[in-house]
Amino acid sequence: MVKRLAVSAMAALAFMGLAAPAAAQRTQLTIGVSQFPPNFHPSIEPTVAKSYALNIARRPFTAYDHDWKVACFSCTEVPSLENGRAKVVTRADGSRGMEVRFTLRDDMLWGDGVPMTSKDIAFTHEVGRNPAMGFNNPELFDNIERIEVVDDKTVVMHLKRVRYDFDHLWDFQIIPEHIEGPVYRALASPSEYGRQTAFNRAPTTAGLYNGPYLVSEFQAGQYIVYTRNPHWKGMRPQFDRVILRTIENTAVLQQNLLSGDIDFVSGELGLTLDQGLEMAKRNADRFNFVFEPGLIYEHIDLNMDNPILKDRRVRYALLHAINRDQLSERLFEGRQPVAHSWVNPRDRGFHQGIKRFANDPALARRLLDEAGWRPGPGGVRVKDGQRLTLEFATTAGNRIRELVQQALQSQWRDVGVDVVIKNEPARTFFGQTMRQRTYSGLAMYAWSSSPESPPVVTLRSDNIPTQANGFSGSNYPGFSNARMDELINLTLQELDGEKRKGYWAEMQNIYADELPVLPLYFRADVFVIPKWLTGVRPTGHFMSTTLFIEQWRAN
Amino acid sequence: MTRYLVSRLIESVLVLLVMSAIIYGLIGLMPGDPIDLMAASNPTFTAADVERLRALYGLDTPLWQRYLNWLWSALHLDFGYSRQTQTPALTVMMPALQHTLVLAGLAFLLAVTLALTLGVIAALKQRTGIDSVINFFAFAGISVPVFWCALMLIIVFAVQLKWLPASGMYTIGAPREFWDTARYMVLPVITLTLAYTGGFTRYTRSSMVEVLRMDYIRTARAKGVPPRRMVIRHALRNALIPVVTVMALSFGTLLSGALITETMFAQRGLGKLIYDSILNNDYNMALMCLLFATAVTLLCNLVADLCYAWLDPRISIR
Repeated sequence: MVKRLAVSAMAALAFMGLAAPAAAQRTQLTIGVSQFPPNFHPSIEPTVAKSYALNIARRPFTAYDHDWKVACFSCTEVPSLENGRAKVVTRADGSRGMEVRFTLRDDMLWGDGVPMTSKDIAFTHEVGRNPAMGFNNPELFDNIERIEVVDDKTVVMHLKRVRYDFDHLWDFQIIPEHIEGPVYRALASPSEYGRQTAFNRAPTTAGLYNGPYLVSEFQAGQYIVYTRNPHWKGMRPQFDRVILRTIENTAVLQQNLLSGDIDFVSGELGLTLDQGLEMAKRNADRFNFVFEPGLIYEHIDLNMDNPILKDRRVRYALLHAINRDQLSERLFEGRQPVAHSWVNPRDRGFHQGIKRFANDPALARRLLDEAGWRPGPGGVRVKDGQRLTLEFATTAGNRIRELVQQALQSQWRDVGVDVVIKNEPARTFFGQTMRQRTYSGLAMYAWSSSPESPPVVTLRSDNIPTQANGFSGSNYPGFSNARMDELINLTLQELDGEKRKGYWAEMQNIYADELPVLPLYFRADVFVIPKWLTGVRPTGHFMSTTLFIEQWRAN
Repeated sequence: MTRYLVSRLIESVLVLLVMSAIIYGLIGLMPGDPIDLMAASNPTFTAADVERLRALYGLDTPLWQRYLNWLWSALHLDFGYSRQTQTPALTVMMPALQHTLVLAGLAFLLAVTLALTLGVIAALKQRTGIDSVINFFAFAGISVPVFWCALMLIIVFAVQLKWLPASGMYTIGAPREFWDTARYMVLPVITLTLAYTGGFTRYTRSSMVEVLRMDYIRTARAKGVPPRRMVIRHALRNALIPVVTVMALSFGTLLSGALITETMFAQRGLGKLIYDSILNNDYNMALMCLLFATAVTLLCNLVADLCYAWLDPRISIR
């Protein structure tokens, strides 16, 4: 009986195996990612997953290209002072503002064939500037005082303030007036918009998209199916159909890749670095592996309110005591380059001459001696009867961070600094401990930024979270430096690129002199690309590779 | 009987009411509300943004007030919207529930069938090689982590043999057919079945061993009752009473507890939905799913009580 059952089971399995659909044709591409977007609206609750998914089907106004330069995606020419599309003007109240002229490309159509027009831009501004809509980057919408419609394709944006980033319009995600207009006007209450918008109610509406593909089917939390946009006039994409599958467990994501259930794992939302390194050793015959260091900067915040850390010599000693090169080499096989500040070397604002802290335990010891911390019992330094003990927090369960933490703890121990690890779940760590600055010593985590983006929220003093400001801002070290504040503000308003470069250099020098943060390394994304797929070029910045999906080819 | 059922129903409603307040309170007291989390991941957030979004999502009112608002709506069968997907919570839950019911139901049936069979055989063949082998597999089932078991099944059947898909719920884009869905269900069902069979087998075996030592079994044997009849009608029926309790309660936990299996096989079920909702502070979603899981547990408990009466004539329900 048991034997008969076993034979039947094997036969059923074999039958089902045979019944499996034939291997996917190369007219279809299945991408594996580890997260699913929370919803489909491009401007509400943005996440990396959403940006990755929407970039397959939507094209922004402007965005960074592969060379980290602002490029037009829906417009004809990036405005600049030189080409006359941008100019500084004096506003009615005497303050300086700007006028920036954009022209939409003639061949930009919505997925239902309706042309994109100035009406869509004006409507997007109307919705985006309404605070009750909950759009991302309200400052951008607020700075645009009004939009003057010149003709069907041209608008002039009147800006309240002079800003170096007047052409950074990736958060100005144009929404189709002919679909969203009636929804918006029929709202009983503005807070209803999130529920009523076609992006959430009917995300497969073709007219919501203006990119090479349309969202044709989806299952929340599972997959999105894209099919060609018949009204896309740009480069013809290779694949008839693209499937974005969400597999949250990265070990399973890896197995799906090996089994052929998915073709490609995105770097932005894919395997962890250690998984990628391991896989690269075993599967180099089937896949190309690209390790792209990006703008995600792993670092350790130092709580500047801690009396021990107020002493700059102690901060210097902490950085001299650790061997970041060795750490990068041993844990990441050199794939994650050491950071010397928050600015990536590929960034236009990067300062070549920034002070670099070499691994020098002898110097670290000398600095601690000078600061009055003398060797004490058990190898831990002591000053006025107080042991040199610091708490070190990070997100519990993040295996790589925990490994780094242990290595650093041991290196600091060698110079007499006792570090006590106190990790917390990510939710508590970010939601409470960091936001309310209740960590007492060191906190390790990562920041993500965009190219040439001044550290307004992370290093400007008005962004130190306090009870008074409702714990807003992300200057978690509590760093306060009047010149840094001034430089950040100057950078924001400076239109001359060369002058800005000077400000950037000075900001990085202050950062290295004051050292409120210990920079560690820039995180690398792992792209696992099948040998037959070409054209996938990691950007290194926050714009996802899918923004260029029409360039992907199957050989 | 009717009186008993009505009183149990009233009890259940009270339990659900208390549970709703506890769950709502606990989720609300977790560190970091959705806006905190958004702000933490977006360096451009300002104090004004935080305030504006708190008001927009209704998080600027006290927790108890939010709970009472929710309760009032829930009593009118309006369970609110999922904060994340901006769609009615019930609409999001139903497909997940349907999937979990199939997955957990199949796994439960298989686990019960296997466990009863193996448990009885082990008890009858006590201290023999067969007993040892069954015990070995039962303990292995209890001790092997579900995620490891799932990963091994994926590696063997999807990566190496390529017989079955590694994850998902059906072939995307293909017509929905029974065999296609079945292929995707095989590995998750085996994983869950293995996870539950071990425990059930051990309970069945120990209960059977105890019953087989009873005087009435000896009497039945002396009276010449055929072995099969003696085992099934006399021993197993009595041995099932404690086993039924464990199994009934397990089914309740199975609904919300298939999280690891669902995550490993990338299937959107109730467990995964609860987990994601809690992590993302999707109050309405989490609350409705958890309450549903509680209701199922209560229902299973009631079924277990009814089963006692059926299994043991000495127990009566009034």
